[in-house]
Amino acid sequence: MTDDDRVFKALADPTRRFLLDRLFVRDGRTLTELESELEMTRFGAMKHLRVLEDAGLVVTRRSGREKLHFLNPVPIRQIHDRWIAKYRERQVSALAELKTELEEEETA
Amino acid sequence: MRTATRTNVTTQVYRVYIKATPQAIWDAITKPEWTKRYGYSSLVEYDLRPGGAYRSLPSEAMKAGGAELGLPVPDVIVDGEVIEADAPRKLVQTWRMLMDPDMAAEGFTRLTYEIEEGQGGVTKLTVIHDLEGAPKLAAAVAGEMEGEGAGGGWSEVLSDLKTLLETGTSLRS
Repeated sequence: MTDDDRVFKALADPTRRFLLDRLFVRDGRTLTELESELEMTRFGAMKHLRVLEDAGLVVTRRSGREKLHFLNPVPIRQIHDRWIAKYRERQVSALAELKTELEEEETA
Repeated sequence: MRTATRTNVTTQVYRVYIKATPQAIWDAITKPEWTKRYGYSSLVEYDLRPGGAYRSLPSEAMKAGGAELGLPVPDVIVDGEVIEADAPRKLVQTWRMLMDPDMAAEGFTRLTYEIEEGQGGVTKLTVIHDLEGAPKLAAAVAGEMEGEGAGGGWSEVLSDLKTLLETGTSLRS
């Protein structure tokens, strides 16, 4: 699997998107905190966090005795740069061209 | 405990895997001939020893862009002090944004770069930005003020750095 595959696979699950949204609201959470917001077992929550970690979307760091989970937005930015920005630019330039054409018609 | 909770909320962590040597990544962070080629294209000045000065200077393009918008760009856009420099593995420094008066007033934040060599020539770069007491800067470096012209923050900088080191050209070139 490529890095992109891992990110898309990780994002293709509602529970994992929910976890990312929770971390977006407040970053640096423990497994216990995250698990308490999910209706599933600790094991289930760990499995989802592992997929997010493998995709690089979650980074864990130790703080004393606690393991904290942080949202890492860089892979999403890379997806944005690779897959979204260029299509958006095309759309914008299409609109720009339309404007030019319409204005030319007007003056013609 | 109270302190720990606050720290959690105000620390941002970014990680990117780059197919490059730790030394190449270290140079790309600490040398102006590299920093001008990605991210905000600023020119860094580092005195790489504890207590050494750090300054980030605007590129000509940034000055011109600011002038166009009627925003004066200061001569130094970020300043700080080196706390720990262990080339090419770890750099810890203070970091204060001077582009915006509110952010400048928030004072110095703490920035850590960790560079770890991995398998197959891929190096892991982790940026930890401790933004305690700097909510406006926190929003800016998280890319939340991109619509206001503050750029995409660390995500954009690191994504661009990866592209530059792996392909030889940055995202905008």
